[in-house]
Amino acid sequence: MTTDPTPPGPVARPDQEHQVAPPDVVTLGEVDAVDETEAPASLWVEAWRELRRRVLFWVSAAIIVLVVLVALFPGLFARQDPRYCVLTRSLGGPEAGHPFGFDFQGCDIYARTIFGAQASVTVGVLTTLLVAILGTAVGALAGFYGGWFDTVLSRVTDIFFAVPLVLAAVMVMSIFRANRNVLTVVLVLGVFGWPQIARIARGAVMGVKNADFVTAARSLGASRFATLVRHLIPNALAPIIVTATVALGTFIVAEATLSFLGIGLPSTTVSWGGDISTAQGQLRVAPHVLFYPAGALALTVLGFIMMGDAVRDALDPKARKR
Amino acid sequence: MSDQPAQPPPSSAPSPQPLLKVRDLRVSFTTATGVVDAVRGANLTVYPGQSVAIVGESGSGKSTTAHAVINLLPGTGRVSGGSILFDGRELVGASPKTFVGVRGKEIGLVPQDPMTNLNPVWSIGFQVREALRANGFEGSRREADARVAELLSEAGLPDAARRAKQYPHEFSGGMRQRALIAIGLAARPRLLIADEPTSALDVTVQRRILDHLEALTAELGTAVLFITHDLGLAAERAEHLVVMYRGQVVESGPSKQILAAPQHAYTQRLVSAAPSLASRRIQSAKERGTRATDLLAVTRGDGISEERGELMRVEHLTKEFVIRGATRSAKTLRAVDDVSFTVTRGTTLALVGESGSGKSTVANIMLNLLQPTSGVIWFEGTDLRTLDPRAEFAFRRRVQPIFQNPYGSLDPMYSIFRTLEEPLRVHRVGDARSRRARVRELLDMVAMPASTLRRFPNELSGGQRQRIAVARALALEPDVIVCDEAVSALDVLVQAQILTLLNDLQTELGLTYLFITHDLAVVRQIADEVVVMRNGQVVEHATTDAVFDQPTQEYTRELLSAIPGASLDIFGAA
Repeated sequence: MTTDPTPPGPVARPDQEHQVAPPDVVTLGEVDAVDETEAPASLWVEAWRELRRRVLFWVSAAIIVLVVLVALFPGLFARQDPRYCVLTRSLGGPEAGHPFGFDFQGCDIYARTIFGAQASVTVGVLTTLLVAILGTAVGALAGFYGGWFDTVLSRVTDIFFAVPLVLAAVMVMSIFRANRNVLTVVLVLGVFGWPQIARIARGAVMGVKNADFVTAARSLGASRFATLVRHLIPNALAPIIVTATVALGTFIVAEATLSFLGIGLPSTTVSWGGDISTAQGQLRVAPHVLFYPAGALALTVLGFIMMGDAVRDALDPKARKR
Repeated sequence: MSDQPAQPPPSSAPSPQPLLKVRDLRVSFTTATGVVDAVRGANLTVYPGQSVAIVGESGSGKSTTAHAVINLLPGTGRVSGGSILFDGRELVGASPKTFVGVRGKEIGLVPQDPMTNLNPVWSIGFQVREALRANGFEGSRREADARVAELLSEAGLPDAARRAKQYPHEFSGGMRQRALIAIGLAARPRLLIADEPTSALDVTVQRRILDHLEALTAELGTAVLFITHDLGLAAERAEHLVVMYRGQVVESGPSKQILAAPQHAYTQRLVSAAPSLASRRIQSAKERGTRATDLLAVTRGDGISEERGELMRVEHLTKEFVIRGATRSAKTLRAVDDVSFTVTRGTTLALVGESGSGKSTVANIMLNLLQPTSGVIWFEGTDLRTLDPRAEFAFRRRVQPIFQNPYGSLDPMYSIFRTLEEPLRVHRVGDARSRRARVRELLDMVAMPASTLRRFPNELSGGQRQRIAVARALALEPDVIVCDEAVSALDVLVQAQILTLLNDLQTELGLTYLFITHDLAVVRQIADEVVVMRNGQVVEHATTDAVFDQPTQEYTRELLSAIPGASLDIFGAA
């Protein structure tokens, strides 16, 4: 420590002389030097780093990968034809080659569970995509343009929001009685499922609407619509993705509910919902018939909801543990 | 208890026993990547009744040091070494109960942000009363209310008894800060920690509050520990300075001595960069001795003999906003009231005023982002109102903004390359290859390495983001750049760096700046002409030298004298 001779004040105060740290103790950096050592990162890269560390993510990812593989290539997992049923085996227990046993019609439950994945996952994924696109479009337009446009769109959203998803689907599906298939189910669920995403998208767009970078883009001469598409929607995407991932599970459940009520997928299509529906008649006699499709459904929904949770935590800096 | 007067007599014959003695303090934070030392071996001494200031840039550990004293470290922070002696008692490792006794009663705190530090659902009076009760006030409700009114009026709130019943949203920033001071001093602590107490307020309000705080603490004999980023303010308000840099104390000593003869390289840098202490305009390499006023008449020296004529003219500009009140009747607010001025090509015009003066509204109208209620803006002889979409698109290319908040002005989802390429793409300038070359050129202009291209805004510091914002504004080779508080959010050294950069670019490219700011100190460094605004009206319009040397209006004089450090006269020539 170098001490400067201090002109004596009225009262000498120990420790308050002019003191300077030796220059070698503190290295003086360049003003606002750019750190060139760190690897470039982005929101998504950081989210990935965060996700990588989480057990919840890996467990849910394993479930989802498994379910998707089963849905895409059911033949790899089950040799049996799910529609090959022998009535003599009705409600039979597990045996060699038929690990889950047989249902009321004498069909192999394992094969039906495996082949049922396709319908459920297709409905879940397609509905989520449709809902995400529809909801983002309506919500972003309402949030961005504001005024009466927003008022009208928001009230329409509220009306759809007020109708319970399954109830509305039940009513509309009964109209399609003649030609029910995966696409009609997706369409009906999509038409009534978007309001939640629309609300989220509207809020997210309004949150970034007044950011300076939006004004900067406008003063560059970018049109309003270009600003919305290029700047606002990408910034609003994180919460939409999270909500959509969680919603995916509920759409699979909704399909199962419709099939259970007998107005979802036609009985010729193998699906978890349909199997759960037929199994309930024998619930007391043979609970295992219900157990397997219901278990598969629960596991899949759990996988997607856990993934949604993990993704939300990773994308939301406030929830991030640092 | 709280009524007892402070024991040590003010200022006269200070006792040799220090009130607060911090020795070799170490504070560390545990993060995902390991332990980070925020404070490394800080020393600090405060005597009873004395005012001491810790000065440093953001991240220097100044707030952390102060918060360690009252054990209010955020998150994972903890004191990992050293000692904190308060009135002879060791506070490091003291029980939480001890701290509850010390906080408020013996060490008060005035927090930084008056906007968020009062609970919006409780009345001001309730919050002051809470501070009293927490520190052992045992009188009746009526006595407590009387005491609250007394404390508030002492902090400088008029009509305190009625004000106490109001809620924070009914208070202005300055009034909230006074309420926070009343809370901080409620239990008559012997030490008051004031963490950037006025950095969110207008300069004139800041000055009034600091004057009041100074008088009040002198009267009560309270020692004050200021934490500030503003060297001028620190030197003006405290006898003793502690300069911190990267978690260490680099220099400490009597304020005047440090300012007059800074010893450490960092302090020297800080003193020379402090805008409140600077006495002249930043000179770029090209100007060499020519005075700012001469520049107005001179033709550019780079061969393009161009007249420094009028580029933009604002005529009788008025803008009214409709405010919807609780009742159905709509009121109009006249944000800009009959404002006229001209902007000369190649010079910097500063638009100065406090919050609510209408300066940003004028800027937005000049950027053609907002339509005026009446009045005309001429850009090279064209009335902005008559622009068709095509002409407006061309206009956008020539007038570009830079905003205040470096954290909001860049799209977080865009890489730096995409950010800088966007203006070129929007205006269909060149092909992909020539755009890439231009982006590199732009980065070079703002002294950022090419490796920045692949990065995202969240990886850059505030100053670096602001440099990128400057580069984006320059991409289309505009004539005018509107800087809306472009350096207000930055640390002093970074601020000086950006100002120098802007100034160099101006001479190099012949740019015209419209500089919107509340900070007169910055104006002196960058502007050629100054327009002072108040309540939507132009109060004074003159060259920078004229405004600083012979201000003709009372309001301008008030603004000038409110610059922290304005009263200090230490430098003859910098």
